Amino acid sequence: MSCDTGIRIEGLLKRFGERTILDRINLDIAPGERIVIIGPSGTGKSTLLRCLAFLDRPDAGLIGVGDLEVEASKASRREILALRRRTAFVFQNYALFANKTARQNITEALTVVKRMSQADADARADAILAEIGLADRGDAYPAALSGGQQQRVGIGRAMALEAELMLVDEPTSALDPEWVGEVLDLLRRVAAHQTMLIVTHEMQFAREIADRILFMDGGRIVEEGPPAAIFERPQDARLQTFLRRVG
Amino acid sequence: MVVDLEYMASLVPVILRYVPLTLGMAIISMAIALVLAAALAIVRVLRVPVADRIVAVYISFFRGTPLLVQLFLFYYGLPQLLPAARSIDGVTAAVIGLTLHFSAYMAESIRGAILGIDRSQWEAGASVGMTELQLMRRIILPQAARVAAPTLLNYFIDLIKSTSLAFTLGVTEMMGAAQKEAAGSFRYLEAFLVVALIYWAIVEALSFVQRRMEVRLARAFVR
Repeated sequence: MSCDTGIRIEGLLKRFGERTILDRINLDIAPGERIVIIGPSGTGKSTLLRCLAFLDRPDAGLIGVGDLEVEASKASRREILALRRRTAFVFQNYALFANKTARQNITEALTVVKRMSQADADARADAILAEIGLADRGDAYPAALSGGQQQRVGIGRAMALEAELMLVDEPTSALDPEWVGEVLDLLRRVAAHQTMLIVTHEMQFAREIADRILFMDGGRIVEEGPPAAIFERPQDARLQTFLRRVG
Repeated sequence: MVVDLEYMASLVPVILRYVPLTLGMAIISMAIALVLAAALAIVRVLRVPVADRIVAVYISFFRGTPLLVQLFLFYYGLPQLLPAARSIDGVTAAVIGLTLHFSAYMAESIRGAILGIDRSQWEAGASVGMTELQLMRRIILPQAARVAAPTLLNYFIDLIKSTSLAFTLGVTEMMGAAQKEAAGSFRYLEAFLVVALIYWAIVEALSFVQRRMEVRLARAFVR
């Protein structure tokens, strides 16, 4: 394929020892598309996201983002860096830089990676802090923020990168129930103008936000389609069982 | 009276004159050793090919042999190998020896501190596209420094006391001065007691700074 917009994943394979976690995944993502991955625990959903940013190294397959194509089995340091600079990641455990304030967490990559001036980065960070509802907490260190606030900074940090693809890995799984709503609200707003691949167990949220839902089981995409089809007319027996269980 | 307190008191100003030399050697050695140790630790953590093996041997050697032997190697042995080192003076040899010796110990504690930093910090840095060195310098090392600071200050205290070994290279520092005074008066107990008390006072002052620093370092991370 030679289209140079969107994201292409071909034959993505990941093994941990004898176990196959990702079993030659194929997936195309159109620019602006929002895809939600659902499925039982341990079926490779998070591993798929982590492999796309090379946080886990895939064993084989091809990852294409825009005009960049990376062959997983022989990816060089430079290619991995280039790929990471086109993606952004939101972590389940927030993973904010512990030695940086909320504002610095957002500006860090802008000044260090994107070589933006400190003044420009600060201006951008202030706009984002306002957008994530933390305009008055810019100077707070992560340890001084609630779980919900930390995850909003984590999303803000990813927003600042203006990446071609935002990977969001179970953004509310580590949160106390009281903070889940504010994080999902923010993600809904971000999704309006951002290509996203989201792993979540929040089915209502998935249904609202997704253009397409992927159901994964055993390292494969078992079924995919628009939310209405997936939730109202599930075909595969495993998907039916899964939906009954979480329903 | 067994101990001549009056004589001791008269010795204090004499010995104190050598405190700047002692602290000078210690501070210069510490400063260079810190930079060197950080570099050595990074090479080990990132497993830089070849360099990693060399650094492992370096650390093993300087931790595995006595400081006194190392100082003698630099002062008496090096000129035999390198004619240019023939003019090396005792202070320089002591600073080189102390620097290399303590850099090996400090590299290991910095490495330990780096390895103790949560994996999420590395992943976060990688995910925004930082190189390993950017990540190390801006995210990992500052956090590791906080963890390693108490240990590193302990090494500094040890280093200050170890400067007394420069005496064996013919350097007249506090110990050398005391030896000279005692040689004239035959009052060895008093002379060395004064040296001991001055070292003790310096170390106590540093321990006070150390406690204050630990409180400060922790501040950024509390609510």
